[in-house]
Amino acid sequence: MQPLLISSFTATSCLGNGLGPMLDALLASRSGLAPCRFETVKLDTFVGEVAGVDAQPVPPTLAAFDCRNNRLAELAMRQDGFLDAVAAAAKRLGPRRIGVFVGTSTSGILETEIAYRHRDPLTGALPASLDYRRTHNTYSVAEFTRERLGLAGPCTAVSTACSSSAKVFAIAARMIGAGVIDAAVVGGVDSLCLTTLYGFDSLQLLSAQPCRPWDAGRNGISIGEAGAYFLVERGPAAAPAQALWLLGAGDSSDAHHMSSPHPEGLGAKLAMEAALASAGIAPADIDYVNLHGTATPSNDVAEDKGVHALFADAVTCNSTKGATGHALGAAGAVEAAIALLAIRHGFIPASPGTRAPDPALRVRYRTTLERRPVGRAMSNSFGFGGSNCSLVFGSRQAGAP
Amino acid sequence: MKLVARVEGIGAIGPGFTGWPQAREILRGNAAPDESATALPAPERLPAAERRRVGRNVRVALAAGFEAVAASGRDARDCAAVFTSSSSDGDNCHAICEVLASADRQISPTRFHNSVHNAPGGYWGIATGSMKAADSLCAFDGSPAAGLLEAGTRLAERPDEAVILVAHDAPYPEPLHALRPLPDAIAFAIVMAGGTVGGTGLRLELTDEAPVTLADPRLEALRRQLPSARLLPLLRLLAAGETGRVVLAYLDGLSLAVEVGP
Repeated sequence: MQPLLISSFTATSCLGNGLGPMLDALLASRSGLAPCRFETVKLDTFVGEVAGVDAQPVPPTLAAFDCRNNRLAELAMRQDGFLDAVAAAAKRLGPRRIGVFVGTSTSGILETEIAYRHRDPLTGALPASLDYRRTHNTYSVAEFTRERLGLAGPCTAVSTACSSSAKVFAIAARMIGAGVIDAAVVGGVDSLCLTTLYGFDSLQLLSAQPCRPWDAGRNGISIGEAGAYFLVERGPAAAPAQALWLLGAGDSSDAHHMSSPHPEGLGAKLAMEAALASAGIAPADIDYVNLHGTATPSNDVAEDKGVHALFADAVTCNSTKGATGHALGAAGAVEAAIALLAIRHGFIPASPGTRAPDPALRVRYRTTLERRPVGRAMSNSFGFGGSNCSLVFGSRQAGAP
Repeated sequence: MKLVARVEGIGAIGPGFTGWPQAREILRGNAAPDESATALPAPERLPAAERRRVGRNVRVALAAGFEAVAASGRDARDCAAVFTSSSSDGDNCHAICEVLASADRQISPTRFHNSVHNAPGGYWGIATGSMKAADSLCAFDGSPAAGLLEAGTRLAERPDEAVILVAHDAPYPEPLHALRPLPDAIAFAIVMAGGTVGGTGLRLELTDEAPVTLADPRLEALRRQLPSARLLPLLRLLAAGETGRVVLAYLDGLSLAVEVGP
């Protein structure tokens, strides 16, 4: 694929609002996970909750979109000069030439979950204040983002569970490659809700401690929430040397099971191979793989097999979910931001929570922070329904010296 | 920009039609649209354990997808898949919300994994063995147009490959039905290929024009009530074997024009 310039990006997670706090936390090997105190949830688990979401109003003109998920979207867009960067791009390219593609798994479902506690005792009706389209519906966060940014190009929400906000990069690359648009705002926003907390509990996949990716004692995920956005565009021929690029994207399906990965990691391997092929590079050209690494026993085994089949133990890998939690539909976007920070600032982040890598897993797993140049990084995102997506980011265009 | 695709096979299931041949006769004006509810097909090709658990959206999406692939003569394992839905499984969503509002919040693990928007795409992979990419897109009432654009850009990237678009919807029970009154389950599937040989050609382009409506009031009602039926003006041309141009609903102020050519 034609590389895409990442001309602006931002990420808000339990590590803090915007890239500055995220970078500080990553360089301090700090986790943002804390015991779950969310809403009325009574589960013995840790979550990565974003501070200040409920206090962040949406603009009055978009009040109909008001819900926790869109408040998180608003909070995320306000960081790192992102609103100004998009406004400048809209002025330069025209709002019609900029697409919006946002990944989410549950959008604003929390509003409906709460509304079900307040049904009319006689008729069963939901409160009239519930705005289904602008809160509950999967498209809500994509529509909110498009309206908030004053853009007028193509727009869709992508909802393939935990690969959602990785796939948005692939969609933008195809749209820009085909000339439908010149630039895109892509990202992921997923907020805590009861469906995912009690749902992963029902699958016995929630850890009672902060999650421990790749650890021999790993016993489940810690759910997080996050919002991350990227402005991507066809880059100029003479981009500065420090410019950051999306170099490749690949996706695949497991064709195996709704909630368990392919046991050999075959779908994961296909997605990584497709991403490398689309970047026109070999496994040896990757300096760091940010794994999906959810910290469930079977997910990490499957991913280890898939990654090892391609990279053997020759590339440094780890998961940052011990820092951010698993942000589900926003995980791809959050981890894309982490990969870009690793490239920009020359470090491989630590894996908080992981005490010692499981000896049964074979990739070269790094648990502690390492300062060193990262030229190209791969980010993996895999979800329910066997949906896989891998992305390759780099500080320089593939093939350039 | 104009995206191009060639239609190789169509599948259809919805209120009053159980397959494309029946839908085609209705769209040609040779048969009256009937008012009967969507006849839910058994979810073929899934393991027995899965078959019992899947919702209405999965059933109609898989049935339409199987029909379109069979008509195209392709192997589903060679087709990237683009699923679109304005909602997901409404019955399942309601059941989960009811349990979460009760004193005992223990939801069923199967209900949880079926709650994801991409459940039809996941079951499609399991049923067909396809390890190609499967998207799951939502643009509210414009979801199928978003899917056509995605299919078109996938073919622009890889003109030698094929893509199946499956646009599907399933209704919510009350009380959500009152807020989002989708009348029934529906799915349309179109297998499209790149290149210039075989099938009927499509050219896709964004436009400011307003979406076209259908002359038959019952078909127009269906188009308005079910997001996936926003494809009907295109399907009417394909059913009639006519060339022409239709403007499909996409977003507020942005539509998708489709030229049907030889």
